[in-house]
Amino acid sequence: MSARVGVVVFPGTNCELDVVEAIGLLGGEARLLWHAEATVGGVDAVVVPGGFAHGDYLRPGAIARFSPVMDAVAGFARAGGPVVGICNGFQVLTEAGLLPGALQKNRGLKFLCKMSNLRVETARSSLTNATTVGTILRVPINHFEGNYTCSPEVLADLRAEDRIVLRYVDNPNGSVDDIAGICNAGRNVVGLMPHPERASHELLDSVDGEPLLRSLLASAEGAGEGAAEGMKENDEALSLRRG
Amino acid sequence: MRFSVTVEVWLRPGVADPQGATVERSLPTLGFPGVSGVRMGKLIRFGIDADDASAARREVDDLCARFLTNPVIEDAEVRLAADEAEPGSTGALRAR
Repeated sequence: MSARVGVVVFPGTNCELDVVEAIGLLGGEARLLWHAEATVGGVDAVVVPGGFAHGDYLRPGAIARFSPVMDAVAGFARAGGPVVGICNGFQVLTEAGLLPGALQKNRGLKFLCKMSNLRVETARSSLTNATTVGTILRVPINHFEGNYTCSPEVLADLRAEDRIVLRYVDNPNGSVDDIAGICNAGRNVVGLMPHPERASHELLDSVDGEPLLRSLLASAEGAGEGAAEGMKENDEALSLRRG
Repeated sequence: MRFSVTVEVWLRPGVADPQGATVERSLPTLGFPGVSGVRMGKLIRFGIDADDASAARREVDDLCARFLTNPVIEDAEVRLAADEAEPGSTGALRAR
């Protein structure tokens, strides 16, 4: 059975169909998850795609974190389910507290839309388990607020725990320690600014996003059942608390 | 009691402020060469009902920490003032 990937759609999200297409090209089964529904619909993995969720009002991701679907995404993540936030999705995951730190405006004060070279820094994450450390991937970036920042303590933890997933070869935006992507302590939640779904076909000038998305599908196939069980326990715990 | 609240949100020192930097860079060409230290923030106003000023302050601080600011990159400055209550008046009557 092919892995089922839920792609979250907020008002203002605009990369969801690219993700659906890229997942489909790799044999996965992607479906859209509307933000107002408080469920992830039994999928095996969740992608929070790029765009401008809720118009980026207040701050990118600030309002999206209160959308009903985010409670379900957080429960799915706590249960070990693979969750990947791309670009605006990364911003949403930091605002929701599923990943540490924040994305500030680019150092060069410019909106950046170009190809970037990424170095795989760990293969122990839901987005890199089918890759090899040291591999260089050509994947485009497209952001204004992509300059990752965090406290020195958080940065020390990220380094010590091997949680920096991807680094820029040539840092385009001022991100601390050249960080392009990180994961949580459980290694199942990953956020990155570059867009692997835009490097998923020869016509797009690069297919280097494929190993990343293949990793996600592999995580989905492996963790799907465990996450589903965990979700059930999570739902039971919630109903007990509410009851 | 009803309180009027003003929240200023500022990027923390060291956090990139491209709006402020762009405004500052444009000023000399407009004939204002002596202006420096331009920073852009946000101003948010609202009213809040609370038992007293300290209760209102606690709630506003919580609101700032959880929603109006991202504490990783932003600070909030809060100003809070009790709305003037005329004897015998109600909140609804005072609402404009």
